[in-house]
Amino acid sequence: MAKNTHDVIVIGAGHNGLTAASYMAKAGLDVVVLEKNEWIGGAAVSRELYPGWKYSNCSYVCSLLRPEIMRDLELYKYGLQIIPYEGSATMMRNGDYYAHYHDHDMTINSIRRHSHKDAEAYERYSRDVLRQCKIIKPLLKMTPPDLTSFKPKDLFGALEFAKHFAAKDELGGLGEKEIYDTIRFYTMSIRDYLDEYFESDITKAHLAGSAIIGTALGPCSPGSAYVLLHHYMGEVDGSVGAWGYSRGGMGSITKAMTGCLNAHGGEVKPDNEVVNVITKNGRAIGVATKKGDEYYAKKIVSNLDVKRTFLKITEESSLPGEFVERVKNFKIRGSSGKLNIALDGLPEFPCIPEGDPGGGGDMHFTETIEEMEGAYDDWKRGEWSRNPYVDMCIPSKSDPTMAAPGKHYMSVFIQYVPFNLANGGWNEERKQEFGRHIVDCIAEFSPNFKDLINHYEVRTPLELDNEVGLTEGNIFQGELTMDQLMFNRPVPGYAQYRTPLKNMYMCSSSTHPGGGVMGAPGANAAREVLIDMNIPQTGNYY
Amino acid sequence: MNRDLRFTALKKTPFHSRTSLASRTNKYYNWNGFTVPTEYSTTELEYTAARNGTSVMDLTPMCKYMINGSDANRFVDYLVTRDLSQMEDNTVAYIIWCNEDGKVMDDGTIFKFSNTKFMLCCAVKIYNWLHDSAEGFDVSCEDATDTTAALAIQGPTSCSTLKNYGADDLELLKPFGMKQYNINGYDVLISRTGFTGDLGYELWTDPANAENMWDSIMEAGKELKIRPFGMHALEMTRIEAGFIQTNTDFMAAEDSLRPVRMRSPYEIGMGWLVHLNKESYFVGKRALKKEKETGNSERCLVGLDIDGDKPAVGSVIYNEKKEDIGIVTAAMWSPTMKRNVALASLKRPYGIKIKENIFAEIYHPEELEYKKIWAKCKVVKRQFFSPERRNKVPADLYE
Repeated sequence: MAKNTHDVIVIGAGHNGLTAASYMAKAGLDVVVLEKNEWIGGAAVSRELYPGWKYSNCSYVCSLLRPEIMRDLELYKYGLQIIPYEGSATMMRNGDYYAHYHDHDMTINSIRRHSHKDAEAYERYSRDVLRQCKIIKPLLKMTPPDLTSFKPKDLFGALEFAKHFAAKDELGGLGEKEIYDTIRFYTMSIRDYLDEYFESDITKAHLAGSAIIGTALGPCSPGSAYVLLHHYMGEVDGSVGAWGYSRGGMGSITKAMTGCLNAHGGEVKPDNEVVNVITKNGRAIGVATKKGDEYYAKKIVSNLDVKRTFLKITEESSLPGEFVERVKNFKIRGSSGKLNIALDGLPEFPCIPEGDPGGGGDMHFTETIEEMEGAYDDWKRGEWSRNPYVDMCIPSKSDPTMAAPGKHYMSVFIQYVPFNLANGGWNEERKQEFGRHIVDCIAEFSPNFKDLINHYEVRTPLELDNEVGLTEGNIFQGELTMDQLMFNRPVPGYAQYRTPLKNMYMCSSSTHPGGGVMGAPGANAAREVLIDMNIPQTGNYY
Repeated sequence: MNRDLRFTALKKTPFHSRTSLASRTNKYYNWNGFTVPTEYSTTELEYTAARNGTSVMDLTPMCKYMINGSDANRFVDYLVTRDLSQMEDNTVAYIIWCNEDGKVMDDGTIFKFSNTKFMLCCAVKIYNWLHDSAEGFDVSCEDATDTTAALAIQGPTSCSTLKNYGADDLELLKPFGMKQYNINGYDVLISRTGFTGDLGYELWTDPANAENMWDSIMEAGKELKIRPFGMHALEMTRIEAGFIQTNTDFMAAEDSLRPVRMRSPYEIGMGWLVHLNKESYFVGKRALKKEKETGNSERCLVGLDIDGDKPAVGSVIYNEKKEDIGIVTAAMWSPTMKRNVALASLKRPYGIKIKENIFAEIYHPEELEYKKIWAKCKVVKRQFFSPERRNKVPADLYE
């Protein structure tokens, strides 16, 4: 039994669990990570399901992963490289297209083809969004203060939070107007927000995409503007809002984190599903696995979402009733699906001119916000969208390691797909029907697409729940709305990575600052554990 | 109208018709009297090609000299500080050379075909110096800069690209090896050398073959993420690799107006290239021996790992008492390592004996105002980035 005693147990080898584990191992703790699947990575994973093709099975692009984390954990040393991509495009049924580029002025020229006014409004829009990104950036790394507490730590924390909102040194002083803007941004719908800048449907539809990816909100739902910000606040080497591929697929991120963890004496144990948190007198003291093993540790950190952590693997009787109610009410609705496709060649998209860098990144075919809202309406009825919003990309266009030269891997993210499918729920037949529907939608824009398909993997919210462990298949491990953000995430009173059980912590995307392959929840949680253990933290992140 | 050809402005390289077509931004600069692109599309993406796929750079403006004659071997050994007596045929060596005062004139690469035939590549023109130094040796020195077209093909997929181009068995070529090929009817010399610190090659050929070579390589790398690569991206890769640039990281002895700006090899981290136990005399040996014996080197060139993410371009380096102890010569945020790195010239003992409590004062421009950042630095190995694939034999192939 003695060998199953560690300083820290982390439940779940997703990117946040591994980030937390690596920081704690770097600080000298003996850390073990228990993972239910036979593979490592959670939703940042690359698996070869068809020989010769690597998929980014769940998450597929990278921007939010904090550079300080990559630096502290020396992820490059363990094989991580981010490849920025050049542009994005929305294809139109009339054969035209709309494109965004790495280069700001090329984007302006492109928008101008659709609306001269929009091209100039884009300058104002990007300034305003960038301003919001700058306000939020320092908040990501902070543990949200408890606003009801009078502890000095919370009072100072609240002050610090407020200071960043006013952020005088960083932004040259925000006036009253800008603070109002911030509050509006966090509560508005993306449609209303974009209407304040743009006139052309295609411009608005292209930009609105980021506001609905992964969320169970529609473009007309209040709060969707924030989701856009959440997708913009990342960066690729200082280029705020830019996205890139992780060389070798998203699994390279968690593989590199595992490399760092191992180098500092930590270990990941795959195929070890935690089924129960062992408690004693209101303290978490260990975990039991499905295999029947028990592990004991001074600290237990759960990377499972808040619902799984407290409704599935923790005895309800060991938790305060009100807390359990709050967790039950936590919104975590699945809304997305995915296709991973092995292609025998490069599909043609005649809407996008050959060699146009706009085709190098994400591609879409939703032309108006109304179409998008229509797709959402289907979801509300428990159906997958007949005319879905897709975020599709071909990472092998930029990454030579995903498939052999000339062969391609295509990732298609689909919005909206319900967890509770109407009329009897998901089964294999309906899953395949959904997959065929998406293939048909894409084929409308690519004449040779269907002929090139060797294999594809269909992911519905049900798989994301069962296999990856994301409750209801919600990719953010909890909706990104104001009632569930910052000091409210996951539930008020427990936003500081601690839980009602002593020695038990949360580090998943259910905690501040939320979803995306960001690593910030993991790094923040590790900091709180280290503070409680009186171990100094070092590194660029802290 | 016929132009009077006696007037020569900046020259164009034999690849110009192709590089200018590939340029989306029309940004050029003057390199050794030639017009070549600074950037083709976006520096970040060009940089990425060198670390992810294949990057292609027009190297033609680099100074190239052919050294032939029965004394060629002896002459080269006399010219440079490194002991080349054991150098094998068909290999390349990295070298520096000094003046008689032991001050560095330039660094470069020497290609050995045989004891009687060498090629020297470098940044600063030395045709005159070669001729003056060659007195008493049976050698001829010929400037081949205009008569040799050169491309750098660098990056993890570069070997596969060049194999597609026709360089059979190239994966077996060792680092600093070279091999003569005949491709598409032209002689092409391929060396496993480069300035990016990654897997990579340099190709040397007749200018008449330039356009064909460019087109064929672009086609060969089509599925291997090939991209032309400008000077800005090269600057990024060379800093990551910790390679020094003459007249950027140190002043070439012959270019220094102020004698105090001249540097010895020991002062720019090149002591390992000085072989004082070399039997024969070499230019600067006496002075270097004395410097080594007395230990009176004044400066050093080190790598710095700097806190924060703002590049310390042109920063002054201080000790904790805020005394000026040196200057940053090159700095960048490394996209691959996610580290803020710099090369810095420090006054000894800083950088050698004292490696802690060193700070950079960084001026970060923010919308027409400067933010002054006081950033802590760590002295680290100058070679920040050196992936395993760089020296692997056989080289990585993508098939």
